[in-house]
Amino acid sequence: MDALRRYLPATLIGLGVLVAWEVLVRVSGVQGFVLPAPSAIWAALVENWTDGYAIFPAARVTLYESMGGLAIGTVLGVSTAFIVSRFPASRDTVLPLAIAINAIPIIAFAPLANNWFGILSPISKMAIAATLVYFPVMINTLRGLTQIEPAAHELMRSYAAGASAITRQLEIPNALPYFLTGLKVATTLSLIGAVVGEYFGGLSATLGRVVVSAASALRFDVTWAAILMVSVTGIVLYLMVVGLERLLIPWHPSVRGETPA
Amino acid sequence: MTDSAGTEPVVQLAGISKEFAATGSSKAKPTLALSDITLDIRSGEFVSLIGPSGCGKSTLLRLIGDLTHPTSGSVQINGKPAGQGRLDRDYGMVFQSPALFDWRKVEENVRLPLEVFGFDRASQAKRSGEMLDLVGLTDFAGHYPYQLSGGMQQRVAIARALAFSPSLLLMDEPFGALDEMTRERMNSELLSIWARTGITVVFVTHSIPEAVFLSTRVAIMSARPGRITRVVDVNLPQPRGLTTRESSGYFSLITEVREALRAGEGDEAQIASAERTAAEGTVG
Ligand SMILES: Nc1ncnc2c1ncn2[C@@H]1O[C@H](COP(=O)(O)OP(=O)(O)OP(=O)(O)O)[C@@H](O)[C@H]1O
Ligand SMILES: [Mg+2]
Repeated sequence: MDALRRYLPATLIGLGVLVAWEVLVRVSGVQGFVLPAPSAIWAALVENWTDGYAIFPAARVTLYESMGGLAIGTVLGVSTAFIVSRFPASRDTVLPLAIAINAIPIIAFAPLANNWFGILSPISKMAIAATLVYFPVMINTLRGLTQIEPAAHELMRSYAAGASAITRQLEIPNALPYFLTGLKVATTLSLIGAVVGEYFGGLSATLGRVVVSAASALRFDVTWAAILMVSVTGIVLYLMVVGLERLLIPWHPSVRGETPA
Repeated sequence: MTDSAGTEPVVQLAGISKEFAATGSSKAKPTLALSDITLDIRSGEFVSLIGPSGCGKSTLLRLIGDLTHPTSGSVQINGKPAGQGRLDRDYGMVFQSPALFDWRKVEENVRLPLEVFGFDRASQAKRSGEMLDLVGLTDFAGHYPYQLSGGMQQRVAIARALAFSPSLLLMDEPFGALDEMTRERMNSELLSIWARTGITVVFVTHSIPEAVFLSTRVAIMSARPGRITRVVDVNLPQPRGLTTRESSGYFSLITEVREALRAGEGDEAQIASAERTAAEGTVG
């Protein structure tokens, strides 16, 4: 009931845009290859679901690549955050390097990664995705590990708690909401990384390749359908993290019930 | 004073000064928060620290807990340096803010020290249950801190500080956020815990009636730099209760503490005026 009321406006606006789009295309007689109508995109999606451009199997491969990149980037980002928070002296060495990695233009890096890890290997796409994922996860987790109420640290100190107890009981739980915020941003980035990697070549059964080959065959309805599929995949990843939040941090203001987000 | 002579003080403060280094602009002067504090607190005493805001009460409590170090002087807990007292987990601290962990339910917050100290699960549950009962929050054991009022959160913090039965309890304005009725009830609760367990309490407060009602001694502090200007013995009979609050001895002690506080202020005013005269003297 609550959820219905909450998402009703978004649903109505979304439907309204689709209807307006459909009407506009039909009334104005815009060519299909300039702007296909939503109905045409839907038809192309159904037609090419498993046959033809095989969008569904392609989406599965792309999802696999981006989740692999998400996992690698997250592990590296979280590890870096732990090292920097445990050894504050390493901060001035590690952070500039991380910022440099973050500043790499992904368009320039993608062909290099394809070259290093094999253009047909999913590893190359994961590497590109991981590069994008690394920074937001690292910087958010680091903030969560270090931004702690002084009284909480004093409390643990009054218990003469050791470093590992402080990490387990205070720093990790404190960092969780920050980490999950970083992870949310990272889901979308991992998908962008995978698709950009595919753009520069790779297995044809991937969403990035479907977009490229459909566009060069002037099948823009299929291109749109593939883009739609990328968005849906991104939303699925995002919702997985939201589910994780409900599970892991039910006490956090962003999750708990009584304040409408 | 004489009745407990011979027993070793639980807290021994000798000639303590605490200076906070200046930060920021180069013109900023270091803050002398505490100056020449000397005080012995014996086993089973209930000592209140009272004084104007910023006079260093919290700082003094943190010095006793070895959460900060004196610039000069020494702090001894049960005859050991304060650092050893902390390592031996001789005291429980109730901070000015409840400092509960948001991610732990009420019961889990109370068992935090027990987990850190490695109590087994069964005694953790037993102790935390008893403590919640003591502060009247059994029904809220499964709630998160955000679901409690400020006063309830502070009671959780008290339960947590008592959970491992320390011999010394350091409390920093624990009832500052409570309404008058709840505060009086918590005062009585605290006194009965104190009487039952024989725990030594150092209690910071802004409330003169609270200090008098609870304490065996009230240490009065002056504004910056914080000094103990007087220690008032509170010889009201135990156990204390409603009749205490209505006794003439209680009222005359309140007056005595109030006047001592005002005299401390007077000190400060005299010093300020002396400084002004001195400054004028150099100009003229
Ligand atoms: N970490 C710190 N760094 C610098 N100065 C500090 C620090 N902690 C306290 N002070 C200074 O020391 C003085 C005493 O502070 P403290 O918190 O002990 O006062 P208090 O008596 O507890 O006041 P209140 O009743 O308002 O809680 C203040 O002037 C404060 O500015
Ligand atoms: Mg204070």
